[in-house]
Amino acid sequence: MGGPRFIKNQVYGWLLLMPAATLLVAFTHYPAVATLLQSFFSSGTARRPSKFVGLDNYAYMLEDPVFWKVLTNNLWYAVGTIPTSVAIAILMALWVNERLPLRGVVRMAYFTPTVLPMIAVANIWLFFYSPDIGLLDQVTRVFGFHSQNWLGDPDTVLACIIVMTVWKEAGFFMIFYLAALQSLPHELEEAGRLEGASRWYFFWRVTFPLLMPTTLFVLINAVINSFKLVDHLFILTKGGPDNASSLLLYYIYEVAFSFFDQSYASTLTVVLLLLLALIAVGKFTALDKRIHYR
Amino acid sequence: MSAVRNTPGRWLEIIGAWMVAVLWLLPLVYAFWAAFHPPEYATRFDLLAPLTLENFATAWSQAPFGRYFVNTFLLVTMILIAQLFLCTLAAYAFARYDFWGKNLAFALVLLQLMIMPEVLIVENYRTMSNLGLVDSILAIGLPYMASAFGIFLLRQTFKTIPKELEDAARIEGCSEISILWRVFVPLAKPTYIAFGLVSISHHWNNFLWPLIITNSVSTRPLTVGLAIFGAPESGVDWSIITAGTLLAVAPLLVAFLLFQRQFVQSFMHAGIK
Repeated sequence: MGGPRFIKNQVYGWLLLMPAATLLVAFTHYPAVATLLQSFFSSGTARRPSKFVGLDNYAYMLEDPVFWKVLTNNLWYAVGTIPTSVAIAILMALWVNERLPLRGVVRMAYFTPTVLPMIAVANIWLFFYSPDIGLLDQVTRVFGFHSQNWLGDPDTVLACIIVMTVWKEAGFFMIFYLAALQSLPHELEEAGRLEGASRWYFFWRVTFPLLMPTTLFVLINAVINSFKLVDHLFILTKGGPDNASSLLLYYIYEVAFSFFDQSYASTLTVVLLLLLALIAVGKFTALDKRIHYR
Repeated sequence: MSAVRNTPGRWLEIIGAWMVAVLWLLPLVYAFWAAFHPPEYATRFDLLAPLTLENFATAWSQAPFGRYFVNTFLLVTMILIAQLFLCTLAAYAFARYDFWGKNLAFALVLLQLMIMPEVLIVENYRTMSNLGLVDSILAIGLPYMASAFGIFLLRQTFKTIPKELEDAARIEGCSEISILWRVFVPLAKPTYIAFGLVSISHHWNNFLWPLIITNSVSTRPLTVGLAIFGAPESGVDWSIITAGTLLAVAPLLVAFLLFQRQFVQSFMHAGIK
């Protein structure tokens, strides 16, 4: 202990870290703790200051049908977007990893949605879904179907949002699979060909298991995205009709900035933080596994 | 690779790959169609329809897109410069110094990868309002400047730089900071470029937090301006909305088409490490 090297390490280490640490504490750690504390208090008004109410906000949340609705929506949204976009991403990566006429153009086509803002994407897709004049209606009309208000119908609205999200995200996940495919040893494929393995068999028995670490990584990203990405709702549905397409983070936004109930918004945020913490635990277990593969 | 024969099944795959590509480009192709044709053709597809730039002119005059561009440009530049500076210092500390509490501090940094500022909108709004920063470009950028992702990425890169280089520089009489500046930063250039591209595209596209914290034309970035412009209740017609949308995404889209390979590689690089 002691010595000039030791002192130097302490001083330089902390001095270098200080600027970033200050901002991280101010905008990540402090607000996380403050959110938890706020969830035990009532929302204050000018006349009534906020006071400690214990678990009242949580009791209210459990009775709140909208909370359960958005939570269920969010789960369906995750179930609807994640497996589909991951499956399409694998398929895309396999395609553009091989010799393919116009491969560069195809790869660009898959990836382009990723660089567009969700707001712009929603603006374009809004037209697809609009009744009568929308592209979807124009196509279904050819087949003799009636006009349908895709985003105005509680039965179809969430599916519409899911389809758009898959379109936006599949190309992004493709990139990770492409990187993984390019790092697989070439000998494997040659051995498979010598053994006369069909492409299908080879994929399921060799490629897919070797892509497992990437799949874990992509899955975690996809789950996080399904909870934090709500931009499109502002354009497409505003969570409606009747909260049929609202998601947890969008509801938090509404409660905090439309209904001005900061305490209840904090309570809902605590639920979101718990869900993210759960994913974090999954992430570190998954990353452990990833290391074992190496 | 060369031994893949073009069997019928193979052709099916090629056609499949192309069809998905067409499907993936369709929304953009439609946006271009509607934006470059008169409004009466926005929903009617006629190859002989006349081309026009009228929609772009109308969109430009109906919303202060010029101002939104300046705001977004300022925002993205400010965030990137601050991120590069703060993350470099922190990453260097984590990669090269042994100090008390280092592992705990690193774990606390990584926590931000899970709890992004968009989740903490309620408390962060309160903080900004206490600081008197609501409706400023600084307030949009501040929560993102200490990027855990950037710190992590740079730390990984710095760790791969051999100790000998550092020792050699020290013998030459370099100070601690000039070692960082002359040895580490130049060698990490590919990481800086990758992180820069990811950061620029992320903040150019970011929406929820800028929406909450801004409320005037002089601070609003493009995404928020576009959302107000394109909202159904604003009563603007399709051709003009698509023209506005293309205006807003044009710089990033053009950059992407020009530097496609770098974009794709930077996302790969940023994701895997």
